[in-house]
Amino acid sequence: MSNSPTGPQVVKDRAQYALCAGLALLGGLLLFDASRIGHATTTNDPVGPRAVPVVLGIALVVVAAFYALDVSRGGHGEEEEGEDVDLRHPADWKTLAMLAFVFLLNAVLIQPLGWVISGTILFWGSAFALGNRHHVRGLAIAVALSLATFYAFAIGLGVNLPAGILQGIL
Amino acid sequence: MDNFNHLIAGFGDVLTPLNLLIALTGVIVGTAVGVLPGIGPAMTVALLLPITYGLPPTTALILFAGIFYGGMYGGSTTSILLNTPGESSSVVTAIEGNKMAKAGRAAQALATAAIGSFIAGTIGTMLIVLVMPQIVKFAVTLGAPEYFAIILVAFVGVSAVLGASRVRGLASLLIGLSIGVVGIDFVTGQQRMTFGVPQLADGIDVVVVAVGLFAVGEGLWVAAHLRRKAGEVIPVGQPWMGRDDWKRSWKPWLRGTALGFPFGAIPAGGAEIPTFLSYMTERKLSKHPEEFGKGAIEGVAGPEAANNASAAGVLVPMLALGLPTNATAAIMLAALQGYGIEPGPLLLTNQPKLVWALIASLFIGNTLLLVLNLPLAPAWAKLLQVPRPYLYAGILFFAAMGAYAVNGSPFDLYLLLALGALGFVVRRFGLPVLPLIVGVILEPLAEKKGRQALQLSGGDISGLLGGPVAWVAYAIVVAVLVWPLVSKLRGASGDHDDHHDAGTKAEVAA
Repeated sequence: MSNSPTGPQVVKDRAQYALCAGLALLGGLLLFDASRIGHATTTNDPVGPRAVPVVLGIALVVVAAFYALDVSRGGHGEEEEGEDVDLRHPADWKTLAMLAFVFLLNAVLIQPLGWVISGTILFWGSAFALGNRHHVRGLAIAVALSLATFYAFAIGLGVNLPAGILQGIL
Repeated sequence: MDNFNHLIAGFGDVLTPLNLLIALTGVIVGTAVGVLPGIGPAMTVALLLPITYGLPPTTALILFAGIFYGGMYGGSTTSILLNTPGESSSVVTAIEGNKMAKAGRAAQALATAAIGSFIAGTIGTMLIVLVMPQIVKFAVTLGAPEYFAIILVAFVGVSAVLGASRVRGLASLLIGLSIGVVGIDFVTGQQRMTFGVPQLADGIDVVVVAVGLFAVGEGLWVAAHLRRKAGEVIPVGQPWMGRDDWKRSWKPWLRGTALGFPFGAIPAGGAEIPTFLSYMTERKLSKHPEEFGKGAIEGVAGPEAANNASAAGVLVPMLALGLPTNATAAIMLAALQGYGIEPGPLLLTNQPKLVWALIASLFIGNTLLLVLNLPLAPAWAKLLQVPRPYLYAGILFFAAMGAYAVNGSPFDLYLLLALGALGFVVRRFGLPVLPLIVGVILEPLAEKKGRQALQLSGGDISGLLGGPVAWVAYAIVVAVLVWPLVSKLRGASGDHDDHHDAGTKAEVAA
């Protein structure tokens, strides 16, 4: 919790170095991309499109360095709290992986199968990943939500949601 | 008194059956999401953005304003009845409020919070009417260099003052600015940071960023740390207050309002600092200091008023300058941009009907909230029992729907997941989220103003310096950035750490 060397009871949060590396990488990416842009300046625009990415890229590398320095001195950020957040347990990667999977599944299926089906899978699958074991009830809510959102938003408000294979049926 | 004529005209626009219905919907949805754990007003407005693109802008803004104020109300219910506040602005309310609830005074705690919020919200909205047009008058005289410098103040303010850790705030800001760069340069038409991906040429839609950071990111973060056992909800009946409670509440309400409004209006930390200051003030001034820590009503009345007054204060820079000082305002600005309305000093001149209708709807929403919340508190409390798997599955469901609807393209869903992962990472490492979203939204404006300023000077860097307003702004920027070094040299003591509790400040009013 301070700049002074941490006591033995505090475990240094080394994963932060990965974030610093990521920041530096992003900075490098900006600089690389800027070097690729043609240096197009006119009298109307003496700055050109390169200046901002270059400034940001350099700033990112500098901030990454300061960040790493802070970490090496024992600095760490506080993980975010919340009503339903319990930080005493480590992150539950299995749940996260399942959620990411159903989320990607929705992205793949939304156009061929349509929102009503892909959304049903998304809701039901997410609830399952989060520990719901009332499968029938979960499925019923998922179907109801998908149909309700489709009719209310896609047909009612003209929001862009695909009907997919159910085109003509819905 | 010109302002008041405009305001009355604004009331005329809002008092149509449809707009009243929308305002009512807004405050109900806002209160509901404020009560629901894990969802804040910022996330809700983000989720609703794509759905509301079909509505006229005034209607959509009335809806968002209702959600904004409603979310503040709902948040206090959660923190009083459940001792785990979600929004950082209601952390302070929870200290005394939950103690009161445990001592069987939940009804009084909810009542003082609701009435205090109403009073603070009404006075705060009145202050918007008085102050905002004056700031606009000043702001329209600003040239590009001055405006650029003021945007820099906002950047540094949200990054450095808010989270106690400057380096983490700046890292978050720079990530946001980098996302803002993606797409075609508006002057030269060059593609930047697109890496040949055609879907990135138009830039990353702000809606996708907001939904990714606030809905998917939050959903994933909670999912990874979901409480095995839900917190205990204290049952409550109809809120009411006795004579003594009124006597002890009215002064804290007014003092809280006075503290909250100015803090909301400056880019320095949303509702968190004023609620805390209000708490300290009330503890000092109270005739019952021994009750503090055991459920003192002043400790609920003051901070809740400060919370709502700062929500009103936030709207001043948002409407007058186009600068967001909290996450919800940032997303509301994104909504304006989505309608092709340019926020900034000219907003009041170009869209007077929109602005005054919005302000009028705040008064109406605030009144609706009081009417709704006092009798309905027991019903709201039931929302806290929602099974968490359905709640968070629902968040992901609506996030995916909204993000897809923006462009009708599955690409945005992949992008959404990537941004959700980013949202997860910033929560994990205690990076504040606000600088990130402010960076994304203001990058194009900042770059435009900066380049205009340099255009005037023919590329000479002195073009950025402009006039006295810009000098003051740069002085503030330098002072904020250099301050830790100065205090270190002065004190040379190691206990002035600049990164304590950075994480708890991450989600200001989100």
